[in-house]
Amino acid sequence: MSEQSATLGREDVAHVASLARLALTDEELDRFTVQLARVIDHARDVAALDVAEVEPTSHPVPMRNVLRPDVVGECLGRHEVLAAAPECEDGRFKVPRVIGEAP
Amino acid sequence: MSGPSTGWEIVVGLEVHCELQTKTKLFCACPNAFGDEPNTNVCPVCLGLPGSLPVLNEQAVELAMRIGAALHCEVRSSSFHRKNYFYPDMPKDYQISQYDQPINVGGYLELPDGSRVGIVRAHIEEDTGKTSHRGESGRIHSADYALVDYNRSGVPLVEIVTEPDIRSAAQARAFVAELRGVLVAAEASDARMEEGSLRIDANVSVRAEGTEQLGTRCEIKNLNSLRSLGLAIEHEAARQVAVIDAGGRVVQETRHWDEQGGRTVPLRSKEEAFDYRYFPEPDLVPLDPDADWKARAAAGVGMLPAERRARLAALVGSPTSQQTDQLQAAVDQGLDDLVVAAVEAGAPAGLALVRAVNELAVDLVAARALDPGSFAALLQLEESGALSPTQAKTVLATLRDAGGGDPGAIARSKGFEALAEATLEGVVRDVVDAHPDEWARYLAGDDKLAGFFTGQVMKATSGKANGKAVAGALRRLRG
Amino acid sequence: MSAREIARAVRAGERSARGVVEESLAAIAERDGEVHAFLLVTGDEARSAADAIDAAVADGRDPGPLAGVPVALKDNLCTKGIPTTCASRILEGWRPPYDATVVTRLRRAGAVVVGKTNLDEFAMGSSTENSCAGPTRHPADPSRVPGGSSGGSAAAVAAGFVPLALGSDTGGSVRQPAALCGTVGVKPTYGAVSRYGLVAFASSLDQIGPLAASVEDAALLLEVIAGHDPLDSTSIAQAAPEVTASLDVGVAGLRVGVCDELVEGTAPDVVARVQQAADALVDAGAHVTRVSVPEMRYGLSAYYLIAPAEASSNLARYDGVRYGLRVPASDVAAMNVATRTAGFGPEVKRRIMLGTYALSAGYYDAYYAKAQRVRTLLIEAFSRAYEQVDVLLGATAPTTAFPIGERVDDPMAMYMSDVCTIPSNLAGHPAISVPFGTGDDGLPVGVQVLAPALEEARMFQAAAAIERAAPAPGSGTK
Repeated sequence: MSEQSATLGREDVAHVASLARLALTDEELDRFTVQLARVIDHARDVAALDVAEVEPTSHPVPMRNVLRPDVVGECLGRHEVLAAAPECEDGRFKVPRVIGEAP
Repeated sequence: MSGPSTGWEIVVGLEVHCELQTKTKLFCACPNAFGDEPNTNVCPVCLGLPGSLPVLNEQAVELAMRIGAALHCEVRSSSFHRKNYFYPDMPKDYQISQYDQPINVGGYLELPDGSRVGIVRAHIEEDTGKTSHRGESGRIHSADYALVDYNRSGVPLVEIVTEPDIRSAAQARAFVAELRGVLVAAEASDARMEEGSLRIDANVSVRAEGTEQLGTRCEIKNLNSLRSLGLAIEHEAARQVAVIDAGGRVVQETRHWDEQGGRTVPLRSKEEAFDYRYFPEPDLVPLDPDADWKARAAAGVGMLPAERRARLAALVGSPTSQQTDQLQAAVDQGLDDLVVAAVEAGAPAGLALVRAVNELAVDLVAARALDPGSFAALLQLEESGALSPTQAKTVLATLRDAGGGDPGAIARSKGFEALAEATLEGVVRDVVDAHPDEWARYLAGDDKLAGFFTGQVMKATSGKANGKAVAGALRRLRG
Repeated sequence: MSAREIARAVRAGERSARGVVEESLAAIAERDGEVHAFLLVTGDEARSAADAIDAAVADGRDPGPLAGVPVALKDNLCTKGIPTTCASRILEGWRPPYDATVVTRLRRAGAVVVGKTNLDEFAMGSSTENSCAGPTRHPADPSRVPGGSSGGSAAAVAAGFVPLALGSDTGGSVRQPAALCGTVGVKPTYGAVSRYGLVAFASSLDQIGPLAASVEDAALLLEVIAGHDPLDSTSIAQAAPEVTASLDVGVAGLRVGVCDELVEGTAPDVVARVQQAADALVDAGAHVTRVSVPEMRYGLSAYYLIAPAEASSNLARYDGVRYGLRVPASDVAAMNVATRTAGFGPEVKRRIMLGTYALSAGYYDAYYAKAQRVRTLLIEAFSRAYEQVDVLLGATAPTTAFPIGERVDDPMAMYMSDVCTIPSNLAGHPAISVPFGTGDDGLPVGVQVLAPALEEARMFQAAAAIERAAPAPGSGTK
């Protein structure tokens, strides 16, 4: 499928929802598919441009080598850190069991 | 359990994560420290709190460039990307890492046996926090819940990725051992596997000997010792060969080294395929070290293990294979500086090497602090025959414990006065007279009896006789 | 009373900061039930801060250039110990353990924070309807939106609750509500104001900016909050621009380009005001021409790829592990899903999914990477335009304030509200919206002045001239 005819479909929305850790009802899936497809369709003007020779801009104002000296500063107090935690135990953040390992 | 059966070749590439020994974390001013109380070395940045922003640690960049220089990499302009995936010990649910523009590319590491392992890249990234799984069995999959500590979150890492140039478990171990030496020499990392400051993933595949095509690889995670690394590679290669021999195909997957079970096991398959959605980190700007900074970083690399071995080899002359092992051991144990200094002070190189790796290695801390002049003086006494090897070792132990001293004085205080030549001749004659049968057989050509007579002389002199001098006396009596 | 006048009077001991703050709090208490500009009014903190300023004045110490001036903060700016919600359920109850750099600078300048203002959830929206706490209403017409996403801050200034407020502008979120509410709104050069402590929406586009009743007050506030911050790697290593000095310079000889792309497709009554502002600049001695920056036409598309992409990553951290909402589930991944599904509103979900799509394998090159290249084209096009003119002039928003509910079910129509403001964010350039009369419906119209990076002084020079020529409120276009 060429970029021009590519339109975002229901499976795409289901896939990105899963990547983004969001659950959608069937009704939401239908509605979001229509809405997101409209935005992606609008973006076809950009997708169709031949800009291979143009450098991408990831920072609007070019800068380089912004560095910090290796000097220890202040940390937060543990009480302060854990005060925000939905659940904690033994000075650590408590979460339900973890299935699978970090990639 | 051994490696794969003959006819197969193991192909291994390693990914080594090493923590840099900076004072602070990669993107914030929290201490980079191991073993503190959980969640005490944290701030808004390394906790990924809303609104916080990263600022790059200059020293982390310098250490990364040192590693690059030590591994003969090209140090380049680089940038940071976000690697997006959810995991509770990653506070932002993305990791800041280098992706298509890493700081170091294309180097190599030469191992003591002369083989070279290519380095694809060595890039900077941040470490995650630590998840402890809690529950009945203590195992991940049956845990009831987990606890997360973010002290390690944001600690600077360099990930070193090798070419698939490694051909055996032994070579993989040698690579990591050598790499540790390099990292320590560069003062870039303490490289302690037991503390997790050096962590290894191995990509293992097998192929029929003589073929070029790489086999399907499996990535083995959680290799936290040289022993695990070697065993895991051997087991994984054997497993793959067994799969192929049984008519199956190796499936590309991530596997876990099960230390207790002594096998690799597949990690539970994920519900979702990983799609890291890398994109340039908008909160950081490109890194473009100038030539001066690169040169300063390269100058910060201390003498590398290979250079240290070469320096010892040059002192020895043309080392025997035993001496090659000894000089590697001396470098690994950090005793090579002592040996070199002792030789400069007049000690014979070969003897210095032997005494260092055999006798001094019992207490490395004391040995490294030993005065090289005292060590050299002792070795000269031994070399000249004034002290027997046994006596010399005894004096050396005293020197080592004291950090130095006058070996002659120590020898005298222990009664190790070398026997006068005339006295020795008399003792030898007495021993010969006491054992006429043995003497006859010795005269008839049974040379092994020289050892017997030497032993008898030593006994008679309470070990004060010098072995070489006894041998000379025996030869003279034999005529 | 203007911020400048309040600060002068407080520093001179003619007025007490406490008195000023009490007036502000009273106005909020009286009318904010209707407007709903504030999510949180911090009356106690404000009173004690005001008392401290009065004590300083009594001691002969100078509390700073904003002494005693009540300020409202958009609720995506971190305030130590004070809830910061981003108008999202997912951050319910979270109290940041630190102040944003701009908040620190405001306090140091003697300003008094009176509360946190409403916004579209995580600043995603153009109407302040996407708030978990309900919409903010336009102070002049409660059936209409105040614009967004900094609608609470714009409404707070327009309603006279506070003379100054801070918002954040990712695609127009300060300028568009400023235009709709009839206040001044500034988007500084990217990197001029530290983002440290601004809860990120789209990191390469976000900038904090002032909202004020006058150009002068906006300039005063910008000078306080701008300037290098070592905590933000993208902060420009320069002192704050001295913009107040440029207010009285005038525009004689200034080359102003009325930008085709910033009037095309906007409502005729809005276009008429832009033309009127241009005429006023001619009268004041400026050279006004028409210019075109055709690459602006790609702005909306590029923006709605880049901003959601960055947002999808920035909002991953709301996972129920460390702070904010947690919806329990049997394992951590299920807990993440349950929490995020319950905690985010539909617009945030839309943008997260859009951005995830734009970054995902197989689409990155076609969408995200291309949008970043289009950004380069746009910057180059701006550079060509700025060879001919010193500043660009156009509309801030295509229409005046629209009715509540009109665009909520049509995201694309809502996104079009930002078409005139987005190009400055993509380029990182500064822009300002200045109120200039009203539309046919009697609601405020804003005209926008755009300038090259770091040329805030030039931008304020033109803005002040436009403000001086602005029709009195309520006068028609005819």
